[in-house]
Amino acid sequence: MAVETRTTLPDELCEFILEWKHRPGNLIMILHRVQQHYKYLPEPVVDEVARLADLSLAQIYGVATFYNFFNLTPPGKHRIAVCMGTACYLKGAPALTEELSTTLKVGVNEVTEDKQFSLLEVRCVGCCGLAPAVLVDEDLYGKLTPEKVQEMLDNYQEGA
Amino acid sequence: MAYSTYCLICGGTACESSKADEIYKRIQAGVSEKKLEDQVQVVKTGCFGFCEQGPIVKVLPDESFYVQVVPRDADEIVEEHLNKGRPIDRLQYKEKAAVVETTDQISFYQKQVRIVLRNCGFIDPENIEEYIARSGYEGLAKALFDLKPDGVIRELEKSGLRGRGGAGYPTARKWAFTKDTKATQKYIVCNADEGDPGAYMDRSILEGDPHSILEAMAIAGCTVGASKGYIYIRAEYPLAIKRLQHAIMEATERGLLGEDIFGSGFNFEIEIRLGAGAFVCGEETALLMSVEGRRGMPNQRPPYPAVKGLWGKPTVINNVETLANIPVIMTRGGDWFASIGSETSKGTKVFALTGKINNSGLIEVPMGITLRDIIFNIGGGIPKGKKFKAVQTGGPSGGMITADYLDSPIDYESLTALGSMMGSGGMIVMDEDDSMAGVANFYLGFTVEESCGKCVPCRVGGRQLKRLVQKFVDGEGTQEDLDKIAEIGHWMKSSSLCGLGNTAPNPVLSSIKHFSDEYIIKEAQ
Amino acid sequence: MPRMTLDELRKVRDKKQFEMGLRESGGSSTRLVVSMGTSGIAAGAKKTLAALVEALEEQNLTDIPVRQTGSMGLESMEPIVEVHKEGMPTVIYGRVDDAVAREIVQVHLKEGRLLDGHIVDRPAADIQGGQ
Repeated sequence: MAVETRTTLPDELCEFILEWKHRPGNLIMILHRVQQHYKYLPEPVVDEVARLADLSLAQIYGVATFYNFFNLTPPGKHRIAVCMGTACYLKGAPALTEELSTTLKVGVNEVTEDKQFSLLEVRCVGCCGLAPAVLVDEDLYGKLTPEKVQEMLDNYQEGA
Repeated sequence: MAYSTYCLICGGTACESSKADEIYKRIQAGVSEKKLEDQVQVVKTGCFGFCEQGPIVKVLPDESFYVQVVPRDADEIVEEHLNKGRPIDRLQYKEKAAVVETTDQISFYQKQVRIVLRNCGFIDPENIEEYIARSGYEGLAKALFDLKPDGVIRELEKSGLRGRGGAGYPTARKWAFTKDTKATQKYIVCNADEGDPGAYMDRSILEGDPHSILEAMAIAGCTVGASKGYIYIRAEYPLAIKRLQHAIMEATERGLLGEDIFGSGFNFEIEIRLGAGAFVCGEETALLMSVEGRRGMPNQRPPYPAVKGLWGKPTVINNVETLANIPVIMTRGGDWFASIGSETSKGTKVFALTGKINNSGLIEVPMGITLRDIIFNIGGGIPKGKKFKAVQTGGPSGGMITADYLDSPIDYESLTALGSMMGSGGMIVMDEDDSMAGVANFYLGFTVEESCGKCVPCRVGGRQLKRLVQKFVDGEGTQEDLDKIAEIGHWMKSSSLCGLGNTAPNPVLSSIKHFSDEYIIKEAQ
Repeated sequence: MPRMTLDELRKVRDKKQFEMGLRESGGSSTRLVVSMGTSGIAAGAKKTLAALVEALEEQNLTDIPVRQTGSMGLESMEPIVEVHKEGMPTVIYGRVDDAVAREIVQVHLKEGRLLDGHIVDRPAADIQGGQ
């Protein structure tokens, strides 16, 4: 009989899951907490979450694939999110995506070869007054132009 | 040392180009010539908005507001006003032939009426005592002890408050349905899943005045008989979430949430639930599915959530901006609220004024104000001297409004009559450089991606519509394509399950209606 | 903390109104208010706040409070600082970076003059008045 290998979750995650296990409508909150820890939802972890929270895998993946926020594959070290709200769109966001895509040699929703950056387009980050805006991790760059993209990226290059 | 008079000269880019600098220098020179330096300070300012009327000179504390000033007026301002204290009537800004009494009616803030945003930019959102200093939680006390449930509904009815999330359903009626439905458990849900990609008033309210939402939810709770509330908020709003959590903690510590509030026997607690990036969850039945931790897909209505909502129980769902009005309606009364606004739409509306506009930002204006007032007075007009082309309201569900309609008053009915809608309050200004087919295509891309896929008209129709509009963007569209767009649009509007599909064709249809010359038919080879 | 009664709520309200200078007979109304919503912070409001506090210390004006608040709405001009000083018009300064923050303290608060080139507006009328 094959030995079942199981991933062990860190204590704080287990505690969170057990705390929420009996609360109604817990699944999305649990997935948020797990993704906050791993930056995505690794398959073995999801198996373990299902076991601990007593949820079916179908339920979990059903929800995880429905919502844009959840990743099933590992993201890059830094998350670059180009705001595609209407104001940013009008003020030149598509050119920013293009510039980032050329500079980093990566498509939208992809990760660079060196795993440093994920490039995303997101819906309105709510800084329309600063359009066009790009979010790198938690830092917001407003009124950005393609010429200033390299300068922005330099802040996150390895060794910088 | 203190000056008695301040003379402010607008130095925004628009005024700069129209000789503001020369005016500044001449006033400055005149002031020193008359030896008024100790009494008058001459200051150059940033842009006041109102650039159409520039250059602008303001004199404080007299509140004189001089427009279209030319350099030779400078000497007169110095001699007559600054020296002799006699305001110059011929330079004063006149609105509809009457002299505006004070500058309080002009510029970015001064045409605004801040009810929803009364505390935003005023109090420290992380200090409950500052909220209390602004009569916070007084509305709840009044609802509990004076008004009682029937009185609250009556005040809301008098106020004429309608939902600010888009559809404009009367709030009093919504609450009354839930109140009159018998059930062991009822819920209050705050919709903070702001999805319109160009609107962020809900986030600003939650970040700037979180307690007003908590108080309003508690008022709703004691009115309809609910003891539990959920705030469903986008995970993309970390600061708003943090401030809400902090506010819930502060209110709970003081017993303003929790058990036996003010010793009245009323219990109410609030939990936060995070969204996860799905526009369709702004639709109320989809939102409830998501609060329940499931895929956020809409359900057929009726039954309406007011009767059968969260976990099958009667549920009041209100959006953030709607709720933010409620504590003030309690303390100041429904009649006061109803005195502001237009015939059918009472109170104010917050708009996110963005796009090709000088003063982009969040504004709150009385219902019934004109688009021209918003765009050219509060917003300061279009940058770089470009021509206004259209304003888009209602986000991916709304339509374009052209220059011909700038003088229409804004309320729920008039916007709908113009082929757009109030929506959540995105107001995006476009200039002559913007392609309308391009913008329509942009919105369709959004709705296609965000369609949940449950019903055919939206899932299939949206994709087909997008494909056809793309042809026009690429210069490949035919008359047949144009007819198809109208046909698919019609069916999506009439047969989709929820608001997302019902309204998705609006941006395209309205851009075709108003800018048919941009949908060029390719000649047959 | 025990549950608040209605009386206690009103006591807190009155005391705090006084502290915030919201009453005509209130304490000193001189204060700086920094707009700290998401877009203010994105535009650098945290640095602005730190610079104001530092400059006040350097000038020995530590009794002047610097308060944070939510968004004031005028996002395209952020970071934004509202300055209240007795005997002077209340104004809103826009695009307040480190250097402008220091100037506000030096010129507006210390010397009692308005700053050139950075006033963007004056605050909106308050629907709650002095109450």
